[in-house]
Amino acid sequence: MPPSDVAVQQQQSTSGKQRVVNDFSIQVATVNGSGSQTANIVLLRSLLLMGIPASGKNMFPSNIAGLPTWYTIRASKRGYIARKKEVDFLVAMNPETAKEDVLTLDPGAAVVYDEPLKLKELRDDLVFYPVPFDKLVAPVCPDAKLRRLVRNMIYDGILAKLLGIDLALMEKALNKQLGKKAKAVALNAGALKAGWDYAEANLTKQDPYALQPMNETVGKVLIEGNAAAAIGCMMAGVTVVAWYPITPSSSLCESLIGYMKKYRMDKKTGKATFAIVQAEDEIASLGMVIGASWAGARSMTATAGPGISLMSEFTGLAYYAETPAVIFDVQRVGPSTGLPTRTAQGDLLSTAFLSHGDTKHLMLFPTSVEEAYEMAIESFDLAEQFQTPVFVMMDLDLGMNNWMSSGFKYPTKPINRGKLLTAEKLKELGQWGRYKDVEGDGIPYRTIPGDGMPSYFTRGSGHNAKAQYSERPDDYVDNMDRLSRKFDTARKFVPKPEVDKVNGAKIGIIAFGTTHWAITESRDQLREETDVKTSYYRLRGYPFNDSLTEFIDQHERVYIVEQNRDAQLRQLMKLELSPERQAKLRSVLHYSGLPIDARSVTDDILSQEGFEVAKKEVRVVEAGLGGMTGGE
Amino acid sequence: MAGKVNRIGLEPITYKGSKTTLCAGCGHNAISERIIDAFYEMGVDPQRVVKLSGIGCSSKSPAYFLGTSHGFNAVHGRMPSVGTGAMLANKNLIAIGVSGDGDTGAIGIGQFVHLMRRNLPIIYIIEDNGCYGLTKGQFSPTADLGSKLKTGVVNDLPPIDTCALAIELGATFVARSFSGDKKQLLAILKAALAHRGTVMLDVISPCVTFNDHEGSTKSYAYVKDHDDPLEEVSFVPFFEDISVDYEPGTMQEVTMHDGSKLLLKKLEEGYDATDKIGAMKRLHETARRGEFATGIIYIEPDRDDFLEQLNVVDEPLATLPLDQVRPGPEALEEIMESLR
Repeated sequence: MPPSDVAVQQQQSTSGKQRVVNDFSIQVATVNGSGSQTANIVLLRSLLLMGIPASGKNMFPSNIAGLPTWYTIRASKRGYIARKKEVDFLVAMNPETAKEDVLTLDPGAAVVYDEPLKLKELRDDLVFYPVPFDKLVAPVCPDAKLRRLVRNMIYDGILAKLLGIDLALMEKALNKQLGKKAKAVALNAGALKAGWDYAEANLTKQDPYALQPMNETVGKVLIEGNAAAAIGCMMAGVTVVAWYPITPSSSLCESLIGYMKKYRMDKKTGKATFAIVQAEDEIASLGMVIGASWAGARSMTATAGPGISLMSEFTGLAYYAETPAVIFDVQRVGPSTGLPTRTAQGDLLSTAFLSHGDTKHLMLFPTSVEEAYEMAIESFDLAEQFQTPVFVMMDLDLGMNNWMSSGFKYPTKPINRGKLLTAEKLKELGQWGRYKDVEGDGIPYRTIPGDGMPSYFTRGSGHNAKAQYSERPDDYVDNMDRLSRKFDTARKFVPKPEVDKVNGAKIGIIAFGTTHWAITESRDQLREETDVKTSYYRLRGYPFNDSLTEFIDQHERVYIVEQNRDAQLRQLMKLELSPERQAKLRSVLHYSGLPIDARSVTDDILSQEGFEVAKKEVRVVEAGLGGMTGGE
Repeated sequence: MAGKVNRIGLEPITYKGSKTTLCAGCGHNAISERIIDAFYEMGVDPQRVVKLSGIGCSSKSPAYFLGTSHGFNAVHGRMPSVGTGAMLANKNLIAIGVSGDGDTGAIGIGQFVHLMRRNLPIIYIIEDNGCYGLTKGQFSPTADLGSKLKTGVVNDLPPIDTCALAIELGATFVARSFSGDKKQLLAILKAALAHRGTVMLDVISPCVTFNDHEGSTKSYAYVKDHDDPLEEVSFVPFFEDISVDYEPGTMQEVTMHDGSKLLLKKLEEGYDATDKIGAMKRLHETARRGEFATGIIYIEPDRDDFLEQLNVVDEPLATLPLDQVRPGPEALEEIMESLR
C-alpha cells in the first residue's frame, strides 16, 4: 500500500493525543524453532500479572524449524479474547515475512523490528522502532549457540519499556515460565534487561499503545484447552487411554500422561491405576477404547479430522454394539491433510453421522478451557449412560492456545456408570436381554466380562434383544428404532444451550465452540455501532433439544456462525426443522484457518441486514499469512 | 449320578457353544472342539474368558465354543486392538482371539504386527485355509505360490508365513498345527493356556468347500502329506502330579509361567524351540520343501507381558473404586496453582 498524506495526518493526529490503553493487539513474527514461544508466553503472562485480560494465539506452520510463525497477543480491558483482526503492534523478527507483515498493517500501527531489515523505508504512516538484536544479544549471551534462542527475549524487554510493563513483573513471568532452570532464567533475564536498557536509552515513545495495571485477573489460570481436557479426563476416572500422535490433539494425551503419572499412581504399590497406550494408528486406538469400555473401563482417545475419518468403521460398531467410547476431536482444517496447524469447525457433519448405515452420535461443544475440563468429565458419564460413542468437539484454537480462565471446580457429582446389570436388578427383571428396552428410554442393561452377571455375544452384525444373531426384519427394525429412541432420550441429557434472550431483538445468533468469543464481542459491536440488538443461543451439545425451535420462533432471522465452508451446523439443524423455520436461517462462515474474529462477523451480519459496510482492502494477512507457502 | 466334571467342578457341556453354522467337515469346527477340550481339561473358569474375533468364517467360530463366556465379534482385521483394550481393562481375563488368514494376513496385518510386538496376554489363533471362505473362495495372503483355486486361477504371489512373522516381531509362543491333528492341537492349546504373553497359533484348517481340491496346498490330502512335525508335544499341567521319564537328550522340557511343564519330544537332532534364529531357519527350510513345520516352533516363557510393562495395579482397572481413580480436591488445587 503506498503511503498517503491522509494516512500520515491521521497517524499524527492520533499519536500522543489519544492513548490506547489496554485495548490492542501485538503480533510477533518469527521463525519457528527459534524459541520465540517462551518470549511470547512470558509477554502474555506479564499482561495477566498486570491484571489485564489477555489472550494469546499461535499461528504456526506444519513444520519443526525454519518456517514463519506468528504469535498474537491481545490485551482487552473489556475482556474480549477472540482474535483481533487488526494488528496494532508488530514485532518483525523474520526476514522472510517482514516486508509483507509491515505492508499489511493499518496506518498508525507500531513496528519493533530487527534493524538490518530496514523496514522503516517501506512506509511513513507507521511508527518504527529499529533494534539491533544481534548487537544486543552478544554481550548477554556469551555462548554463540544459544543466541538464536535468547535473542527473542530482548523484544520482551523492548516491549516492556515501550508499553509500560514493570520489568520486575516480567522477570516474575519469566521465572514462572522457565521454573527451576536457573541458568536459563539468568540468561533470559539478562536479555530482558538488555532490551529494556536499549529502549530506555535509544527509543522515543511515539505510538499511542500503553498498558496499565487493572484488577481483572485475580486467581486466573493460564492453560491450553488440551491440558484442560486432560485434567477433566483424569478427574472423570479414565483408566484406559489409547492414542496416536496427530496435530492438534497430541498434547491432550501427552498432558494426560504427565498428570496421570503424578496423580494416579497407587500410593501403596506405586503401580498405575491406568493404562495409556500409544497405538499403531487411530483405528487401533478406537479399537482399544471399545475393547476396554466393553470390558468395563472408562476409556478414551483423542484425535483430529484425519483420525476421525479412520475411526469411521469402529464408530459404527460401537454405535450398533452399544459400547461406550469417549473421543476428543481437536479439529483442524481439512479436507485430507488440509492445514494441519490451523483451526476449523469442519468435522461436524462427518462426525454426527460417522460410519455407514444409519448412525448418529452424541457431540459436545466446549467453548472455553473450563468447559473443555467440565465436558471431558461429563463425556464419560454420557458415554456410559448411553452406551455409545461421545465426541468432544474441540478445535485447534481451543486445544493448543493458552487461555485465561478461572480455576476449575472440583467435580461434585459422583461417577455415573449407567445401566450396569446387578444381581438385584436381574432378580427384579426376571429375564435379561442385552438389547432389551426395559424402561422405555431405549437404554438397555449391560454386563461386563468378569462381573459374574450373564454373558452375551457382542457383534456388529444383526442381533435381537437377547444379543443373538438375527437377520429377521422385525428384529432389525425393533433394534434400530430403539437406538433412535435412545438418541432422543439423549436430547435431554447432553449439555443444554446457553441462551441470552434479549427483549425486542429480532435477530438471533447461534454459535458453538470457540466461535463464541467472537460472538460476544460482535454483539457488543452490533449494539454499540448500529444499535442492532441480538439474542444469542450458544449450542453446547448434540442432539439438539426443544429450545432450538423455541429460539428460532422467537426471532425473525437467525444467523448461524461457524468456522467451516459448508454451513455444517446449519445443515445439521435443517434436517430437524420445518421449512418455515429453515427459511429463517442465515449463515456467517469463516474458514481461512485463522481463528474467527468479531469484526468479520459484525460486518457480515450488517451486510446481510442491508447496512453499508465499509469494505476494507482484503489484506494478505487475512488471505492466509503471506509468507506461509512452501515446505511441509 | 453325578456327571463328569473338571477340576473346578464344571461339566463338559458348560464349555460348549451354540450349534455351528459352518460347512460340514470344515476344519474350523475341529478347532472349536479342541478349544472346548483344552479349556475343560485345564479347568478354566468360563466367566473369566473373553472370546474375540474379526470377520470371516473363522471369526464366526467363537459362537460355537464356550457359550457361557463373553464374546466380541469385532470388525474385519481389527480384533487385536479390541482384545488389547479388554485386557487393559481387566488383567484377570483370559483372552482367546480367533482370526483367519485373510482377517490376519490382509486387512489385519497392521494390527497383527503390533499385537505380536506387545506380548499382550492373549491366545491368538489363525484358522488358516488360504482362502476367503465367506466371500466364496478368493485367495488369501497365506496361499502358497502355485496353489490353484477351483476356478483354475494360480496364486503367483509369495505367501505370508504368519509364524515366521510372529517370531520376528517378538511373539513369545509361536506354534503351528493342523486341524486334523487332534493330539498335537490339544497339547498346544493346553500349553497356550499356561503361557503368560502372546500365543500365536496358526492352525492349517482346510476349507472343504473352496480349497480342498487337487492343486491346492491347503487341502486335507496335501496337508496330511506335507506335515512336518518338529517334535511330539505333550503337556503336563501344574495341577497334575505326573512325572515323565525320558532318555536324556530326547526331550526338551519347558517350565511354563504357572508351573506347568511343556514336554517336547525331539523328532530330529538339535531342534531347540527356545532358539529364535534356529526356529526362523527351520521355518524357511520347511517352506522351501513345500511342507508345514508343525508343533511349538518358538517359545520364550519368561518375558514380561504388556500389562507388566505398563506397570498396572493388580486389580482390574475396570472396577477400581472412585477414590482410586479420581484424585482429591488438593490435587486439582495444586494443578491450578501451578497454572497461576
